[in-house]
Amino acid sequence: MRKLRFSRSQLCIPYAAFLILFVIAPLFVIVYYAFTNGQGQFTFSNFLNFFASTNTLGTLLYSFALAAVTTLVCLAIAYPTAYILARSGLKKKYVLLMLFVLPMWINFTLRITALKEILSLIEGNISAYPFLNSVIGMTYDFLPFMILPLYTSLLKLDNSLLEAAADLGADKFTVFLRVTLPLSVPGIISGMTMVLLPSMTNYVVLDMLYNSTYIMGSLIGSYFSAYDWNNGSLISLVLLVIILIVTLVTNRFSDKDAGARGAVL
Amino acid sequence: MSQSKNIIELTDVKKVYDNDTVAVDSFNLEVKKGEFVTFLGPSGCGKTTTLRMIAGFELPTSGQILLNGEDISNLPPNKRPVNTVFQKYALFPHLNIYENIAFGLRLKRIENTYVNKKGETYVKKQKLTKAEIDKKVKKALEIVDLEGFEKRSVSTLSGGQQQRIAIARAIVNEPEILLLDEPLGALDLKMRKEMQIELKKMHKKLGITFIYVTHDQEEALTLSDKIVVINDGEIQQIGTPDEIYNEPVNTFVADFIGESNIFNGTVVGKLKVKFCGATFDCLDDYEINQLVDVVVRPEDIKICSPAEGRLKGKVISSIFKGVHYEITVAIGKFEIIIQSTSTAPVGSVIGLRIEPDGIHLMEKVYTVNRYDGVITKTNKVEFGDGEFECDVTQLYAGSSLDEEGYLITAQGEKTDLAGTEVNVEVDTHDIIMTDDISAGGAQGNIISMIYKGDHYRYIVRTEENEEDYVLSCPDLWNTGDLVGIIIPKEKIKISLKHDGENDR
Repeated sequence: MRKLRFSRSQLCIPYAAFLILFVIAPLFVIVYYAFTNGQGQFTFSNFLNFFASTNTLGTLLYSFALAAVTTLVCLAIAYPTAYILARSGLKKKYVLLMLFVLPMWINFTLRITALKEILSLIEGNISAYPFLNSVIGMTYDFLPFMILPLYTSLLKLDNSLLEAAADLGADKFTVFLRVTLPLSVPGIISGMTMVLLPSMTNYVVLDMLYNSTYIMGSLIGSYFSAYDWNNGSLISLVLLVIILIVTLVTNRFSDKDAGARGAVL
Repeated sequence: MSQSKNIIELTDVKKVYDNDTVAVDSFNLEVKKGEFVTFLGPSGCGKTTTLRMIAGFELPTSGQILLNGEDISNLPPNKRPVNTVFQKYALFPHLNIYENIAFGLRLKRIENTYVNKKGETYVKKQKLTKAEIDKKVKKALEIVDLEGFEKRSVSTLSGGQQQRIAIARAIVNEPEILLLDEPLGALDLKMRKEMQIELKKMHKKLGITFIYVTHDQEEALTLSDKIVVINDGEIQQIGTPDEIYNEPVNTFVADFIGESNIFNGTVVGKLKVKFCGATFDCLDDYEINQLVDVVVRPEDIKICSPAEGRLKGKVISSIFKGVHYEITVAIGKFEIIIQSTSTAPVGSVIGLRIEPDGIHLMEKVYTVNRYDGVITKTNKVEFGDGEFECDVTQLYAGSSLDEEGYLITAQGEKTDLAGTEVNVEVDTHDIIMTDDISAGGAQGNIISMIYKGDHYRYIVRTEENEEDYVLSCPDLWNTGDLVGIIIPKEKIKISLKHDGENDR
């Protein structure tokens, strides 16, 4: 009997098929809808609608601000946490790491509902603080995505580099500033990417917190639920371009560092 | 002013880790300015830990480290004027070569003295200027022979080049002591030899004190002014390469440095020692009846005719090694390795001669007595001309004895141990002497006693087969006393003899 043998390229076929069917093709559909009107004629009017309206532009800015603040709050909480987890000789550190990962095992709806109850207990009328609540909700939701990449990049950090820096005259703070921090940049970048992009669109958190403010995700949702595929697609396309720019910019950082990290091996 | 010449002094330094393992113990060392000192020892002997304590990465549990007479034991690494070259280079991957070397210089503050308008002098701590840093980096690169590498990234360098940069990064700070932790360990043999020569040159040129850690005895002999041989966290010997090689103080040093024949010997007269069944003249003075280790270097044994030789033996093998032959000779049950420029045919009988200065005697460091034993029918163990009760269940893990004296193994199998050959070990502290000679498992005469500060060390020899018991005892007995030997049942350690396992 002949053995079944697959070449590498043959093994790629299922993934490639999936990619074409569910990623590439929809992309073209989005582009098509974004530049046509309801009658299927080519137009820039969706485009103009978006950028001429202060409403939509305001939403874009608001989402961006919300995402940026969420990301920074996540970073501020996650970095010290990951640092302690990775660098200290804490005996029970896996328990601590588990505590941060464990919420991911609990259903998202349940978590946010619980958070809502807690927030209304503290704030009374939770709709009075939409921005704050959104930041809290998203931070709660996305924090593990920030901690994990930071934790891995700090864990990989070669202890002898820190010793070398101290040996060359650096005090603890200088060692952190000049060695630990620059070498954890790849972790910071990937953590930020994993928090920034979803928090621009994840309007479910806002909805569940009885939040009436709009972010990019809610905008697309509202257009689509009104069967306005064209305007919804255009906003998706705008988001896509933003994501593309962010990825390109961050890749420049992480690529440089990836090459440099290879040298340690 | 001999004290001020010591750049670094370690007094009674001890390091115990959290899990109670003693890494370094009673470490005393003085290093003179400009010396090239090597810590030599097998891996895990504590040499790197000692280096790390000098660098400041580890703090000693007790003891003092003095640098130019000042206690630096508890200073953090950044406050110590020493720099380290790490085994795996530890170059900063996010900085280029220039920035790697300049790392220490950029953090440095030097004191400049100025005169103000009123004519008063004042001191200001200042950073080095860019031009100064430039100049120093350039010079450091020159020293390690890598000019023009400033802009390169670390990842583009070979292992040897990275090692040079690591050295440049350390010496650019003009440390008082340069610490090198097995710096050549990751390089291939040829590169290692080249770097050895360069390191030696650099040491001459810079005049900095080098403390070097290695497990490679050849490297240590080649490079050092002074070698510190370390084993199990303790210094075995400190000396010049010459002294360490030619006058090893114990069998560990003799075995670790170069090749050696090591025999059990007994001092039989003034400057006379008996080993391998023959008596030799020697230069080391020990008390009569003292048990000693005899170390003879293979190159100190001369081949002669069987009639002339003190020892006679049969050639088992002869291997050509380039400069010399390595010949193995069997003398009775002993085997001797000889290095000689001439060879002898395999199977022939030759005579061997050893000059008195080729025989090195070392006092046996006794902690355990070792015997060959046999289990008797009553589950006792017979060794050293005596019979002792012992716990035979230790031979098989999880085993037990039934009422009839058969051993039941953990698997439930029934075995009769009678006649089983075992290795027996008894600690010197666990043997007790008694006047009642019938009370002991064996008896013999005290043939030697040496006062060891807080106790005596006795050797008791049996009459029948001249078996020796070495033991420590705080009480005073007389030489020649006939005594009984008692060993508590639980203190006798026995293990099964395995095929092919040789006990020395």
